[in-house]
Parts: sequence; C-alpha cells; structure tokens
Amino acid sequence: MYRIVEAQSVGLNIKQFVVEAPRIARKQEPGQFVILRLHERGERIPLTIKSSDPAAGTVTIVVQAIGKTTSLLNCLEAGDSILDIVGPLGRPSEIQNYGTAVILAGSVGTAMALPTANALKQAGNHVIFIEGARSAPMVVFEDEVRQASSEACIMTDDGTYGEMGLVTKKLNEFLAAGRPIDFVLAVGPVPMMRAVAGITVPLGIKTMVSLNAIMVDGTGMCGGCRVLLGDKSKFACVDGPEFDASLVNFDVLMQRNAMYRDKECQSLKHFKEHEQEELAQLRAELAEKEAERARLSAEAGERDKHYV
Amino acid sequence: MSKSDLQTRPQITIPLQNAVPLRDRMKIPRTVMPARDPQQRSRNFEEVNLGLPQNEALTEAMRCIECAKPGCVVQCPVGVKIKEVVSLIRTGDYLAAAAKMREDNALPAITGRVCPQENQCEGGCVLGKKGAPVAIGNLERFIADYERESGQLGLPAIAPPTGKSVAIVGSGPAGLSAAGDLVQKGHRVRVFEALHELGGVLIYGIPEFRLPKSIVKEEVDNLRRMGVQFETNVVVGKSVTIDELLQSEHFDAVFVATGAGLPQFLRIPGEHFNGVYSANEFLTRINLMRAYQASEYDQPVYDCRDRDVIVVGGGNTAMDAVRTARRLGAHSATLVYRRSQAEMPARIEEVHHALEEGIEFRMLTNPIEFIGDEKGWLTGARCVRMELGEPDADGRRRPVPIAGSEYVLPASVAIIGVGTTANPLIQSTTPDLKTTPRNYIVADPESMRTSKPGVFAGGDIVTGGATVILAMGAGRKAAVSIHEFLRTGSW
Repeated sequence: MYRIVEAQSVGLNIKQFVVEAPRIARKQEPGQFVILRLHERGERIPLTIKSSDPAAGTVTIVVQAIGKTTSLLNCLEAGDSILDIVGPLGRPSEIQNYGTAVILAGSVGTAMALPTANALKQAGNHVIFIEGARSAPMVVFEDEVRQASSEACIMTDDGTYGEMGLVTKKLNEFLAAGRPIDFVLAVGPVPMMRAVAGITVPLGIKTMVSLNAIMVDGTGMCGGCRVLLGDKSKFACVDGPEFDASLVNFDVLMQRNAMYRDKECQSLKHFKEHEQEELAQLRAELAEKEAERARLSAEAGERDKHYV
Repeated sequence: MSKSDLQTRPQITIPLQNAVPLRDRMKIPRTVMPARDPQQRSRNFEEVNLGLPQNEALTEAMRCIECAKPGCVVQCPVGVKIKEVVSLIRTGDYLAAAAKMREDNALPAITGRVCPQENQCEGGCVLGKKGAPVAIGNLERFIADYERESGQLGLPAIAPPTGKSVAIVGSGPAGLSAAGDLVQKGHRVRVFEALHELGGVLIYGIPEFRLPKSIVKEEVDNLRRMGVQFETNVVVGKSVTIDELLQSEHFDAVFVATGAGLPQFLRIPGEHFNGVYSANEFLTRINLMRAYQASEYDQPVYDCRDRDVIVVGGGNTAMDAVRTARRLGAHSATLVYRRSQAEMPARIEEVHHALEEGIEFRMLTNPIEFIGDEKGWLTGARCVRMELGEPDADGRRRPVPIAGSEYVLPASVAIIGVGTTANPLIQSTTPDLKTTPRNYIVADPESMRTSKPGVFAGGDIVTGGATVILAMGAGRKAAVSIHEFLRTGSW
C-alpha cells in the first residue's frame, strides 16, 4: 500500500497527490507514467507522473475525475492509501537540444508535459509552453508552466482566462510570425494532438504525441494498448507512450479508446449514486489490508532476525 | 516435507506390495475423472474436474504394474519418483505419497491439474502401449488435494540462515519453485512480481475452471510461511534494474523467471478493430481482473453474451480462451486452427472438455483479414481453408492455403492465441546479459547460469513459451545451481 502524504485540488475535478512510492521516485524520468488500482475489485488505470522526489521517496500524480476510478481516487485525502501503484512505466521522453521546442498541453496533460518541458529547457532549448483548457477553472500549474518554459501562453476555449482560443490558434500565430520551431510535443485529448500534428507534420517539424491508450498490465504482456503507426503495431506501454506524430493513426486510437465507453458511463453513473458508500467501503478495505500487512510484517520481522 | 520429517513418521505396516496379481491388474479399467456436467459448467467458472474419490484413487494405483525401469519417471520433466508415489498411494498412506511427490515437485496440486500428462509421465507408461496408461495426473492431484484438505501439510525444515540472499524476478511456476528450494537451504529469498497478485501465469493465464485461484494462493502462502518474502508491483527493468538488485540492494544472486512476454498477433489487416484481443489480454481481464463478475469488478471485457466469438490458435492458451468465451455466454465459440486436430499442441483433456462444452472446431482454417463496420467494431474474419503439405522444421506437416477457398466467418470478438515473443524489459536494461537472436535470455541448460555473473535465468524467458512443469523444472535446477554458487562463491 502506498500512503498519500498530500492531496490538493488544483483545478475543477483535478487533484494532485503526493504518494509514498520510493522505488518509482528513484527511477522516474520525464514522460513516464504509473498504473494504479484502488481496491480488490478495482481496475488498473494508467496515470501521469508530474514529478518525483527521490530523497523523500514520493511521486506526484495528477488526476482528472473522468470515470469511476478517477472519481473515487479524487475522493481520497492525505492519510489514505492507494492499494497498488506500479512504475515508472513507458520510455522516457527523448531529451535533446533541438533549438526551439514548443510544448502544447491540454489541461491535465500539463502535468505529463511539465517534467519534459523542464528537461528540454535544461538541455538548452528555448521552450514555448502553450497550455490550453476549456475554461478558467481547468487551467492548472500556471506558475510551474512559466518556470519550466522560456515563454508561456495560456489559452481557454471560452476566453475566461488567458487568451481565447485553442492551443493550435497560438501555434499558428507563432508559425505565421515566422518563429522557427524545431520540435513539438503535444499532450492532451486525441483531437487536440491530431490537430497539432496536422499543422506541424506537413511543415517537417519533428512532432511527438503522448498517447493515452487503454492499458491493463503496462508491461507489454497484454497488447491491449496497441496503436497503429503507419502499418506497424506498437504497444503504447512499452514502445511509448510518446510516438512520432507523423506515423500515428489517430482514428484507430480514438476508436479503440471508445471500446468500453458504455460500461464506463454505467459504472460512473452507479458510482455517482453511491459515492459515499463506495468511499467508506474502500477505506474499510484499506484499513483491513493495513492490519493484515502489519500482522504479516510482524511475523516476518520475527523470522528476519535470523538474517541480520 | 523433507526426508528427515519422513523418517519421524510412524512406520507403515502395510507391505508395499500390490495385492492384486500382475496379470489381473492390467484388466482393471482406467478410472474416469469425474467432471461437472458440460451443459452446466459451460455457463460458470467452477472447476471442471471434481477429483478422484479415495476408493477410485486406490483402484487406479492398483493398476500400476511397477516396471523395473519406469517410463513414467523418465518422461517426467522433473523426474518425480512416480513409481514410489503410486505404491505409497496403494498402501493408503496418502500423506507419505504427497511428501514423496514434494521431494521433486513443489506444486503438485497445480501440476496435477495442468501438466500435459499424455506427453509426459502417462506417455511413458507401459500400459498405454496396449490400453490406457495409469492416470498419474489424477493420482497426483488426489494426493495433493488430500494433503491440503487434511491440513497436515508438513512444511519442510529450513536450514540455518546462510546470510546469503537471492532475488527472484517473477512469481510464476519457475520463480515459485526456485523460491521454495532456496529458502529451505537457509538463504534469504525475495520474489519480485510486476502485477499486483502473485502466481504469474497461474493467476493471469490459466482460468479458474481449470486451476482454482485458491490453490495457487495456498501454495504462495506456504512459501510465505517458509519465509519467502514477496514484493508486488515491481517491474524489474523499470522499477529497479538487475544491476541495482546486485549492487545497491546487495542480493548475492538473481534468478530471472519473467516468463513468456509479448503476445504475438497475426499481422493481418484489421487487427485494430474493437473486439480483437490477444489471448493474454482477454484472459488477464477475466482471470486476474475478474471481468466476468462485471457487477462487482470494475475492469471491463467485451460483453460476449449472444455474440459469435472466434479464437485463433491450437494450444492450451487458445483452448482456455475459447472455453472462457463460452462461459461468458457466447452464442458460438469457435476455435480456428490452421493445422488439423492431430497437430494441436493443447492437452488432450482440454480438447475433450472443449468439445463436450460445445466449442466448434474449425480446423485447417486460417484468418487472413479481420473485417469491421464503419465505427471500427469487428464483424468477421475472412478465412482461407488450408491443407497439410510437407513436414516443416519441427516435423509437423506445414499447412498451405487452398486457392479460391476464402470465406467470411462472422464474429464480434476474435481472440489471438498463437504464442508470445520475449519481453525485452530486462534484457534492454542489462547490457551484459547475453540474448538469442529472438531476444530470449541465454542460460546454460544445466546450471541456468547466464552470461552475467550472479545472474541465473529459467522458464519461458529462456525456452520460449512452454509448460508449467518445464518452468518448475527450470526453477528447481536453478535453485541447485544458485545454492552451489552461494556456497562456493565461484562462477
């Protein structure tokens, strides 16, 4: 079990957790993710790592409540635990000095993009960070975005914060102004990533996208997260999550991500109706497991005296 | 149970002689494993085989003619002393029989259920030449279950601590059997598992109806009682590397037993339609994540009720997938295999059970394209009929397509169970670990040593996809070799 040491709401339905996970904290690199499970009947879902603190043994994850599991997770507070977290998974972002790098992130995608932006800036890139959100309450981590970049722009669809418009509008403005762009990373909803790729790929700009395919184990064992790159099949969990946007078949990605939509909606509806019960049940289960773990480790401690 | 424990047992008074004269033993018909009714069981996930009753087990043991050179032992990948085990059963001392079994096989309740006995012990039984071989697998399961249910499982004695420690990567059959052997020698043993549950393929791969998860849990708990430590949610190669295990975590040796890796697809058009699964994914969703109990568990799987499901492949994994689809309420559950039934690598009992459960076999058939609707959902598979040509490298006749025989098989779900390739996570982060051109880890077949000092490997990550018992055999061999290395320190 992995204890939550800090939980903080950072935007509308978006929460940031600092979780004790020393192994992950030691190894995490920009672009990687974790898979977690909340309880014995829970599903495994991939989530973004925003940062990690190897000395403290903690990782920071950011969660937008979209389905049942993310909604339940976002009910948790500091002092609660997460049953299972495994990682860091996926290949790290490729960090180089490209020259000028533009990062486009949609709302919660900002969390995933931040460590990469930081690393690119440190590698000597001029980093332009364009964060987009539907509306002001979904704009997250503005200060960190500004710190991780050389130039930062905040866009909202409804103009309630920053500039009104999509991230692609800002991207087009940079291009129209003749700004040289050597590298682009887009992290966000599939239509946004596709739109970015539609602009930059024809211009020959190296463009990477971080794909949020449905996963189970996250180690390459099941193949559920396969994405189509040209005519080749790749696994987002071990070959990705970042891929060259010029090869990605976004239609297939959208279609596969919709595979369980009906069930996800039913499950979320049921959860909304029973939110407090589900949360109480989860906490009871975690407490039981905590006790069981304490008993086992006491037993093992007894035995392990031999090994000292 | 160790030999010293056996010696403290009360002396057995019944002579170890078979009361039935030799010529009459061969007249006893092979007992039949009782099984749940096919109609009933093909709608639930309860275990199909019910286990031999005690009197039937005794009768079955009487059938053994005690060959001077028992073929069963020769054919067993871990050399279980089957002849002695069977004669202990005949005397009625089932606990002693189980203890004898455990000398060579740490997980008899599991292998009794999942070994392909017809190619191994029972394939070597001389009775099989003229009639039916002794039902060794059923006897093995009987004594293991008897022992477990009796609650008199004598855990083996543990040697005094050696101060040495071993990291085992993977909690499947290879990892578990190595862990059991090494902890007995007094070494500190820690098993790392990537998933949240222990047991590897025994948990995520083999379905409940063939191997109840409670049995795997029991075996894992026994190892825990013996002092084996387990750590779940660790992907070695990602969460920690082999070098870090040896250096910063101070393990004296590492045994890599990560099992079969990435699922193979058919590389035909349309494999991205919704409804096309690898057998690994389909079975993981069902077995590990319990998606068949959709009202209680959150991980979904495609609703197979009243749908046509096809499964491609002819091995045990394909068989597990197609029988699982049937249990999920599929309208039709069809196995599509490019060779004929005779070449199918699946256990004979699974084939028999599948047919009883109404699985349709479409042999000599190969999908060449998946077809879907405009929204990306699978609607069928374009297949071609095959015929058997000349034998290929492994001696099986090669299937060749019959020109102009293409047709469409309607399906909402297609599950691909045609094997796996090596998972590269460890190899890619351990530069001095030698691999084969297909990226399996190179290990000496006897010592299980890899090219990297202190690192051993065994099971499917060395051999490619094989069986539970072969992986266990590899685990045991590795344990002997690791113990030797820890004792002498010489590589």
